[in-house]
Amino acid sequence: MSDDFPEREFGIKTKSSEVSDGEYASSREEEHIESQIPEQDLYHPKSFITKWIFCQDAKVIGIQYSITAISIGLVALVLSWLMRLQLAFPDVFFSMGPAAYYQFVTMHGMIMVVYLLTALFLGGFGNFLIPLMVGSRDMVFPYVNMISFWMYFIAVLVLVASFFVPGGPTGAGWTLYPPQAITSGTPGSEGGIILMLMSLSLFVIGFTMGGLNYIITILQARTRGMTLMRMPLTIWGIFTATILAMLAFPALIVSCIMMTLDSLLGTSFFMPAMVQMGEHLKYGGGSPILFQHLFWFFGHPEVYIVALPAFGIVSDLISVHARKNIFGYRMMVWAIVIIGALSFFVWAHHMYVSGMNPWFGFFFATTTLIIAVPTAIKVYNWVLTLWRGNIRLNLPMLFALAFIITFVNGGITGLFLGNVIVDVPLSDTYFVVAHFHMVMGIAPILVIFGAIYHWYPLVTGKFLNEPMGKFHFWVTFLGSYAIYFPMHYLGFIGVPRRYYEMYNSPYIPTSAEGLNQFITIAALVVGFAQLVFLYNIISSIKLGKVAGKNPWQACSLEWQTEHVPPQHGNFGKNLPVVYRWAYDYSVPGAKEDYIPQNVPPSEVLGAKVEKT
Amino acid sequence: MIKKEKNLFDLLSEKPWDQEQSAQDNLHSGKTINLTKAHLGLRGIITVSIIFFSLFIVTYADRMLLHDWQKMPEPKLLWFNTFVLFLSSILFHRAKNRSDLQEFKEVKNLLLIIGFFAIIFFIGQLIAWKQLMEQGYFFNSNIANSYFYLFTTLHVLHLFGGLFFLKKVAQKLFDKNSKTLAIQSSVKLCGIYWHFLFLVWLVLFGLLVNS
Repeated sequence: MSDDFPEREFGIKTKSSEVSDGEYASSREEEHIESQIPEQDLYHPKSFITKWIFCQDAKVIGIQYSITAISIGLVALVLSWLMRLQLAFPDVFFSMGPAAYYQFVTMHGMIMVVYLLTALFLGGFGNFLIPLMVGSRDMVFPYVNMISFWMYFIAVLVLVASFFVPGGPTGAGWTLYPPQAITSGTPGSEGGIILMLMSLSLFVIGFTMGGLNYIITILQARTRGMTLMRMPLTIWGIFTATILAMLAFPALIVSCIMMTLDSLLGTSFFMPAMVQMGEHLKYGGGSPILFQHLFWFFGHPEVYIVALPAFGIVSDLISVHARKNIFGYRMMVWAIVIIGALSFFVWAHHMYVSGMNPWFGFFFATTTLIIAVPTAIKVYNWVLTLWRGNIRLNLPMLFALAFIITFVNGGITGLFLGNVIVDVPLSDTYFVVAHFHMVMGIAPILVIFGAIYHWYPLVTGKFLNEPMGKFHFWVTFLGSYAIYFPMHYLGFIGVPRRYYEMYNSPYIPTSAEGLNQFITIAALVVGFAQLVFLYNIISSIKLGKVAGKNPWQACSLEWQTEHVPPQHGNFGKNLPVVYRWAYDYSVPGAKEDYIPQNVPPSEVLGAKVEKT
Repeated sequence: MIKKEKNLFDLLSEKPWDQEQSAQDNLHSGKTINLTKAHLGLRGIITVSIIFFSLFIVTYADRMLLHDWQKMPEPKLLWFNTFVLFLSSILFHRAKNRSDLQEFKEVKNLLLIIGFFAIIFFIGQLIAWKQLMEQGYFFNSNIANSYFYLFTTLHVLHLFGGLFFLKKVAQKLFDKNSKTLAIQSSVKLCGIYWHFLFLVWLVLFGLLVNS
């Protein structure tokens, strides 16, 4: 971004205009108050620190979130290499011991799910895209937004600090089930678990601040003409995911608080009476299952907190790069909302083997399978959007296509696991590992890559290098299948997950060993391919091909800014006015194959309205 | 609840590509709900807090059924503290009415009294803790006690959050440059939060008394 501030030349207005609202005009009291109180002026940074570090501009905050999330994600990537090396070649390169292995498993899972995916989709893409896509100068509470990032940053630091405390980070598994998580004998039960719980609590508090911003900005600060049903699906996905997060994260912080107290002050919220080495522990009467319910009441919506923004983003990528309007826009919105609502009624399918009333299991199996319906609708609509589209096979499109295949793949194994009777034998095997990595590891990550290739020209004004990107795509896509396809087989023959080593077990054939080595080599290769991607991101800032304005010929507002990359205040002197939805591609009769959202009908007289 | 222009189902069944709809949509101001952003923010915070406390209450109800639950006596002082909180809620209502009439001098005094009451409430809670501990009801001696100490702590933390905003409102009041409507709106919002604090305490206290 360049250094001059256009708002110094013209007094920037934060709200579009006070024109009368026509049919939507309202004379209610609150509206009156709002119009009388001048909208808070944008904070105009003066120094390097307020511009790049303690910055209140959502675009910079989005970049800060992304950099932090990707950095901590790289730590988790390295942890996965170490785990894979241990599984395939135990004691060949180094001997880590079971404690370290469990710590790596735990940290890898927690970082990837919470600190990478959630933070990147909502904090990174959310902050950068929401104000731009809905046509607003900034978030409604920029200061709170800044605090939100710094809370997240501190949460990451606390998490990293747990690597350096005596006993190391917690090794309780990312689900942190008590009683084992805080009982001696579990790695990190001294300091690691406390830091983990504190870090999660900070994350939730910080996220709640950010989430309020995202929701209220989307609801209240859209530009003129931007109705909810004209918003790009990216915004719908982020919006619904944020609402889910606001409702689900309290369950995480509640369980964190109670477990911290169990651990530090010796209460028995979750801790049952226990005998350890012949000694009665001070605990008694608590219910570990209660923790599991709380955790999964957060944990399952969390899956959709990651998936819904991915759904939204991929819809936009497909539509832009297939030059077609998204098939069944309303159906897509409904599916996002319905999936969001249903995601609160399926949590106990993570607990089929925890001991439940069979009817309870039946109920949760049913709700779980019902979610497949709106999800399948989305997949069909993506495919139908591609149908007879003018597909441009560039990098965002490749990643979007890869996402559809991977997501269907992971979704189908989800149908297996959603059934109690199939889940019980497959529980805690590599089949589960393969399933959730496909569906919420690889699939969202592919969307993230596609989205980065798509929006990088907006953030920096330069394209990412295409040949390097193609290399990155093919290695990542094929490589991740090389990693996770064999795991399904390992799961079927009963290889248990979370085991540090297992080759002396008579029921595991030697072929499993060979397969494990193959998977590890594939994982190393895929991991190193990400370095190419990182190099591409860094080097393209300077060396990349200049993108210019709206390089993908997209309709949505973020590409219609006066400057590329968009500057402080996002839009020029006047906010754009929206006259159409975000999907007017290949409209019959129009001169070009896209009509941006802010082009009035008078400028495209020949264009026919499509009947969908 | 939230006032909407349209109900959710009508809203979600709009056809954005339809020409009639499009003509209507072009006039849309871009706002969904007729509330100020601060008011919506407050509602968001209150919603999240309600979920937060509800989840604690769910675990409380679940945990209560287990055999080792021993009810603990509630100190008489808690009734006094409840009354203090009730009084400050009423005073805030009065402050809101006064500020609507632009009698800011009285509002200033009322806010000072409310802040003072909040501190009295906090000290009252501390004394109640002390009394209980002197009788041997420690944080970890029984799960019922744990819940009592946990609930009171969380509630007081919310009260501190309220005090922080009360301070901001007071600053606005004493600042000569602030606009009348801005003051009125923030007094009103802070008042809503104060009523919320009182209601949360009422629910938590009711649980502790009746369990």
